[in-house]
Amino acid sequence: MTDPVIIEDIRPFLAFVVPLVGVLGIVWAGEKRKNLREIFTFVAAIAQASIVLSMVPAVLGGVNFEYNIWQVFTNVPLLLRVDGPGLLFACVASVLWIATTVYAIGYMRGLHEHAQTRFYSFFAISLSATMGVAFSGNLLTIYFFYEMLSVSTFPLVTHMQDKEARTGGRTYLGYLLFTSLCLLLPALSWCYVWLDGGQITMDFLGDVGKVGSFGQTTQMILLLLFTFGFAKAGLMPLHSWLPGAMVAPTPVSALLHAVAVVKVGVFCLYRVYADIFGIDVLKSLNGEDWMIGIACATILISSLIALSQDNLKRRLAFSTIGQLGYVALGVTLATQNGMGGSVLHIAMHACGKITLFFCAGAIFVASGKKYVSQLRGLGRKMPITMGAFLIGSLSVIGLPPLGGFVSKWYLVLGALDRDVFWVVVVLLISSLLNVFYLLPVAVTAFFRTEETEEDPGIKEAPWPCVVPLALTALGCFALFFFSDPLLRLAGLVP
Amino acid sequence: MMENSIAWILLFPLFGAVLSSLLGMANRKVCWPIGVLSALGAFVAGIMTLIRVIDSPDHMVVYLFGGWTLDSFPRGVGIEFRADLLAILITLIVLGVGLCVAIYSKLPVKEETPGKEHFFYPLFLLQITGLAGICLTGDAFNLYVLIEVAALTGYGLIAMGSKRAAAATFNYVILGTIGASLYLLGVGYLYIKTGTLNMVGINEFIGATEGLKESSTMQVAFVLICLGILIKMAFFPLHAWLPNAYCHAPTATSCLLAPLVTKVMIYVMIRMVLTVFGVDFSFESTLWSSVLPWLVVIAIVSAAVMALAQREIKRMLTYLIVAEVGYMVGGVWIYNYYGMVGSIFHIISDACMTLCLFLGAGLILRKCKTTRFDGLRGLFSKMPLTMTGFFVGGFSIIGLPPTCGFFSKWYLITGAMVAECWEYMVALLFSTMVMVVLFFRLIERIHLAVNESGENLGKGHGDLGLTKEQTRFSEGPLTMLVPLLSAAAVVLAIGIYNQEFVNLIEIFLDPFDLPGEPLIK
Amino acid sequence: MFEDVSIFLNELFLERLNYVIYVVLLLIGLHAMIAKNNFIKKLIGMSIFQTAIILFYVSIGVKEGATIPIYLPEHDPHGEQAYATGGPEALTVEQVTSYANPLPHVLMLTAIVVGVATLGLALALCQKIYQGYGTVEEDELMAKLEKEDASSRKPKTHPAGKSSSKPEVSSRARRSGTNSVGKTTAPQAKKSSGTRKTKAPVKKATRKSDQKKGDSK
Repeated sequence: MTDPVIIEDIRPFLAFVVPLVGVLGIVWAGEKRKNLREIFTFVAAIAQASIVLSMVPAVLGGVNFEYNIWQVFTNVPLLLRVDGPGLLFACVASVLWIATTVYAIGYMRGLHEHAQTRFYSFFAISLSATMGVAFSGNLLTIYFFYEMLSVSTFPLVTHMQDKEARTGGRTYLGYLLFTSLCLLLPALSWCYVWLDGGQITMDFLGDVGKVGSFGQTTQMILLLLFTFGFAKAGLMPLHSWLPGAMVAPTPVSALLHAVAVVKVGVFCLYRVYADIFGIDVLKSLNGEDWMIGIACATILISSLIALSQDNLKRRLAFSTIGQLGYVALGVTLATQNGMGGSVLHIAMHACGKITLFFCAGAIFVASGKKYVSQLRGLGRKMPITMGAFLIGSLSVIGLPPLGGFVSKWYLVLGALDRDVFWVVVVLLISSLLNVFYLLPVAVTAFFRTEETEEDPGIKEAPWPCVVPLALTALGCFALFFFSDPLLRLAGLVP
Repeated sequence: MMENSIAWILLFPLFGAVLSSLLGMANRKVCWPIGVLSALGAFVAGIMTLIRVIDSPDHMVVYLFGGWTLDSFPRGVGIEFRADLLAILITLIVLGVGLCVAIYSKLPVKEETPGKEHFFYPLFLLQITGLAGICLTGDAFNLYVLIEVAALTGYGLIAMGSKRAAAATFNYVILGTIGASLYLLGVGYLYIKTGTLNMVGINEFIGATEGLKESSTMQVAFVLICLGILIKMAFFPLHAWLPNAYCHAPTATSCLLAPLVTKVMIYVMIRMVLTVFGVDFSFESTLWSSVLPWLVVIAIVSAAVMALAQREIKRMLTYLIVAEVGYMVGGVWIYNYYGMVGSIFHIISDACMTLCLFLGAGLILRKCKTTRFDGLRGLFSKMPLTMTGFFVGGFSIIGLPPTCGFFSKWYLITGAMVAECWEYMVALLFSTMVMVVLFFRLIERIHLAVNESGENLGKGHGDLGLTKEQTRFSEGPLTMLVPLLSAAAVVLAIGIYNQEFVNLIEIFLDPFDLPGEPLIK
Repeated sequence: MFEDVSIFLNELFLERLNYVIYVVLLLIGLHAMIAKNNFIKKLIGMSIFQTAIILFYVSIGVKEGATIPIYLPEHDPHGEQAYATGGPEALTVEQVTSYANPLPHVLMLTAIVVGVATLGLALALCQKIYQGYGTVEEDELMAKLEKEDASSRKPKTHPAGKSSSKPEVSSRARRSGTNSVGKTTAPQAKKSSGTRKTKAPVKKATRKSDQKKGDSK
């Protein structure tokens, strides 16, 4: 691949700043001018998405945009750089934010939730931090925005402000902050100190592979510190925060699982593996196979746990952990196809999972039901919702003609490139497990006749909830047919 | 005028103290303006001195009181005041905090110690004089005098509060006197051996005389001086006076003393180690650099754990001060360039963070009449600005970017790595985790509708179980709010401009050959 | 063996007697400060502690056969020859055989002043503690403080309400006459925080002790 052309441009910074400016409007509008407040969120979301999408043609043509926000240390700046994978992630996040906003309006108003201004403001701040992560140019920047995201999602997770929220919030923040302060900070500091006598900037473009100059043990320790330090990636055994965070309202869960938080985690993993270590260093590192093993274990164990969960959101949470394992698997395979497949899977899974969460939330709003066993016959009453759920499930399982198939295809190719055939077997088994825990939900809804009392008044959820989930379901199809730009951004196709 | 700027730093508060004491006897209202103006004058003089120091060729400004200039008289005849980069930076922090608290103190002093403004402000200004003098002086005995000036005024300021404060101050008087007297004893030993009290003079003598480094008198002098300073800076386990004294002190007093006194004592330790005794003697001829890191680990861990047990904001903050003192002492004694940079930067940033926290605690105390955790629910809607300022300080203590606390932790961890002092790094990380728990537990108490034993309060859906009146927006007064928000802004500014400060610190540390090459040439 | 011991004892007690004395005084003072129960005794200990240091400093300036470094005996103003030579003259360097170093004495003048100030402040503190708690014994004071802490922690205060102990206000009420220890109930607090009239007698009572504090600077 030819070296990219670097152009200085303010657009990455604008994409980061626009939601923060929107927060000012949201807070000013407040509870008294609700519709104006929602309009501010929309304006911010659409502005951010358009800025991000406007950069796509240039990046596809081989240009990287850079913007230096602030010279933090003498030789390490707070740098934003837009390249293919980052832009792919940013596109996914910003477009899905628009959908989530529509959904959130329907959900929050439908349930008459409290403190909506606080909700929308911290949502916007979280999206801002996500843009920062997506466009980070070096390790220090990604760390800054990673921490910003942890802190700004805390009020969202503890939105209900009761004792379940307290427990969930403690688990959430405990896992995230403890790992980032105890594992990441030393690793960062190590890189700063020892990399090439301190002349290094931990840059993702310029310093690829320089970690290879360390000894094997040091490299392995660093790899472990980074992998488990980014606890948002949900690798076992540091995954418990994700089910714990399900106490949040569904739009927040959608944000956590599909739009921002876990995607930030695995994206950071991708950055470390692809742009700090690099494929060559990873291949020559003994013990890197253990990382593949950890990823595979995460996939299998989480799928097995998902089978046993009756609470729909918890089932989806463990499904997410498994899917994140896929992304982690892709980066640990250390092949071009694997890396590209993992970035692609971020996008494909985002679309599929957000559909599933939207459906779960719509079911709760319309009928108050949370458990899979209660969903019998709901398909008759809420056809659009359950239809979208079916499509989303098929995408997550990985069947054509839905988006999820493309990314899994490339992951399999990556595994074959590395000659680890057992990984392909793991992928197949986990797809089978996905079938077993996702399809029964739709099947129960559509084909089981109801055995319990009829609840007369259940119909589709309010339209602000239904329209987004229908659109994202269609998006899963679109991602399959129009996957070429995505493949080019992920670096799989020149 | 400019050549005497160092004198003006000390004279403004001194004259202000006398003036406010005399005029205040007639009319109490005149004390606060005099206090603020003196603090402002001193601060401006401090800025002028900083500019002079940065502009001067060897980054040093020397001032001899009484005209005993170095060209006509040998060093040590007059009392020398040396403002090198370290001294002037810490002095500016002292003066800045003094100015901030002077503005802040208008209402707390009127409410907590009414009718005593003409006692409070003179003591306040004399305290600033003492602390600024400690930072600027270049004479070992003069340092003792100024330590005692600061200490005595401190005792007065604390005891001015409730009778509980008086009881706590007595313990402080005893321990503080022991500490200062031990320092004096150490200076006496130094004087026996070197014959001079001037800091640079002592250093030159130690360097020029063969065999002085191994003499037991010097070792004893070092131990006595450091022990005295460790008592005064509340290094665990010599910290017993701090929690009670700062907790029961009046609001304005704790806002002045808590950020400053312990940090200035750490400056004294750095001054003794680097300038007076010299790097060779302090780190290689004594056993301290092998023993002290372990004591530091115990200090940090114990202080953090004790902070966890507290149920009241001010007490929790005092234990955090003890932990932060452990950080800084550790940074000095891991015998590493980056550790020293981290320690000095941490003095600056910790003073600002602690100021933020105590100012916020004072505002909370004023509004809620209590700083116990169970009385704080609903404060995010009642006092959002105060909470913002308070939690900027809190996040800085945790070490979240871009506050200054992150950068000082960064430099300290870097120093620990380069020095390969893993126990210190583990202690740092452990205490960071404890601080995360402390501050997020506080956030939980304020934000969530759950009480201590975990039961729900209120009617769900975010209801905190409070009346409309209790959650109505009702912020503190402006004279208290503006200093808090400026302190929070300074915390962020020091973080953002950390490289400027670190450059100055590195210029200061250049002549001392500490191991660990500076990473950025 | 006996010789070594005797040399050691000789050095210790004959040549370094001043150090031994000051160390003994130091330890006596330290012991009193820490182990004694009565606050006044602690302060006496503090005074002894500081005096030990003063003695140490003064003793290191002593030299055998030394004089004050100002004039020779023949220039003594109270003597006959001084007026003949035109008054006392300062010694030249060559004329001086030995003089006692005046610097330690000068330093200790400062230290004595500091010690006096500290003692004055500490005595004022004792007085305030006595007025507040009715005792200057440490164990009794600790017991009273614990009782106060326990009683202020017991009642559950509701979030933005008044806490049960307002220390500053209750101390003012106490100083205005009552000497009892215990919670100040709300109406009493309100009463003492109110008007000019109640503040005036409080001010008079404390003026003496505060002035002492102010004067000792």
